[in-house]
Amino acid sequence: MKSETAIVVEDLTVAYDVKPVLWDVDLDIPAGTLTAIIGPNGAGKTTLLKAILGLVKPISGSIEFPTVGKNARKDLIAYVPQSGSVDWDFPVNALDVVMMGRYGYLGWFRRPGKADRAAAMEALAAVGMESFALRQIDQLSGGQQQRVFLARALVQNAEIYLMDEPFKGVDARTEKAIVALLKGLKNDGKTVVVVHHDLQTVRGTFDRVALINLHVIDSGPIQTVFNESNLARTYGGKEFLASAHKGERHD
Amino acid sequence: MIETLTVIFQDYTFQIVALGSAMLGVISGVLGSFAVLRKQSLLGDCVSHSALPGVVLAFLSTGEKNSVILLLGALASGFLAAGFVTLIGRNSKVKSDAAQGIILSVFFGLGMALLTFSQNLPNANQAGLKRFIYGQASTMRRGDVFLMLIVGAVLIGTVVLLWKEFLLFTFDSAYGETLGFRSARINAILTFLIVCAILIGLQTVGVVLMSAMLITPAVAARQWTDRLSWMVVLAALFGAVAGVGGTLVSSLVPEMPTGPVIVVCISAIAIFSVFFAPRRGILARLIERARFRKLLKAEIGGES
Repeated sequence: MKSETAIVVEDLTVAYDVKPVLWDVDLDIPAGTLTAIIGPNGAGKTTLLKAILGLVKPISGSIEFPTVGKNARKDLIAYVPQSGSVDWDFPVNALDVVMMGRYGYLGWFRRPGKADRAAAMEALAAVGMESFALRQIDQLSGGQQQRVFLARALVQNAEIYLMDEPFKGVDARTEKAIVALLKGLKNDGKTVVVVHHDLQTVRGTFDRVALINLHVIDSGPIQTVFNESNLARTYGGKEFLASAHKGERHD
Repeated sequence: MIETLTVIFQDYTFQIVALGSAMLGVISGVLGSFAVLRKQSLLGDCVSHSALPGVVLAFLSTGEKNSVILLLGALASGFLAAGFVTLIGRNSKVKSDAAQGIILSVFFGLGMALLTFSQNLPNANQAGLKRFIYGQASTMRRGDVFLMLIVGAVLIGTVVLLWKEFLLFTFDSAYGETLGFRSARINAILTFLIVCAILIGLQTVGVVLMSAMLITPAVAARQWTDRLSWMVVLAALFGAVAGVGGTLVSSLVPEMPTGPVIVVCISAIAIFSVFFAPRRGILARLIERARFRKLLKAEIGGES
């Protein structure tokens, strides 16, 4: 299990118009690990996630999922988008949103039934949101909305989870719940990749890190890769030093 | 009064026009809900105005005023316009609302030019074309209503069949893509349905007012519910009520045009909903805010 690789990114180059966002990125994510993707704003973290998911077309390069296989259902790779990416005033409740996680399994035309509803309720319970199932999503706090998105990914029962800043704008309670959830997924042998921006919490939460700034600066286990010289190379300059030092104290 | 109403309701022409208008209200309410939630309200305006040159060209090339032929012309130019908007959006930095505005003006201008040209042609029987601008519900025939019923059944049937796909796409299309539902495909189907819904109303309310018919029932319905299913049902209901109501008013008052009165009816429903709906209504929110302020003041006062 340990030697298996869940995501293999090779020679990936992505550009918007004429501006390269990712340049010749090579990255291996071992199966059953919890990886943080970190880097400054505009470093291409979200783009990397979207390229892995096939949401943006790369100029060159390839992405493979050896543990899932080529012909597997697409929803075995679960996506948790940034919560700002949707209109929360949309007329659906929390349960409706979580049920969407079953749609890939159902495929075209087939309607969700009792079993799907039960699975969605179970996922809501797993994130501590079962009592909010019938609440319109605009009536939820930012942290609760984020947990609904996580539940939607959980109900997919995927092998690989790709999350874009799940900790953004959440309260302390939600943060704790999400960390526990991520560790639970890892213990179940799932592979989790999280775009993360809070350097102080990297050490306590993740076991691997990929430092990105247009290129992959370095990637590997926290102990060997998450150090000051790598951070300086990634964030370049004094800006990072303050936060890195704070991070040290935190430990 | 009762007698007058009975006479009107038994009138064959009234029944036909009322049924057609109600059907139009149902169709535009259902598809309009998706257009509004996708924030594509302007698409209706763009497509309906852009249908005009197609209508006139279809008439000029065939010399016929048959509704089906004219609607096919409308369909062609409506889609051409929607296609141009998509192309501009994809290949330039022009924002989609600007693109829609440009395409709308170009197509509508072309349509008006062609219409004026065709009116100056000798012995061309073009008198009925103008009805596409402001609409003329009273010219609705049995065949037209029949066509509406069939198209309406197909459109609504498709929405029911692809409910889950449309919901997913409208709420979060990128996520839908990761589940294996191709956005481009769902977008094409949904846009096709919306364009059909617009075109079916051209004869009744005309290209100028059709977008109101598409957007307004949905906006009104959204005020009363937080579930998409109820929103679509309510929008259909509001559309139908406005259709029948407008037809009735225009039958009671002489010289009152049906199409614009239908639009006035649905607008009245929308204005009422925006003001008086519970929770989302302006009044409800004012009351809620006042209560909150009072509560806050009491708390601050209590502490100091």
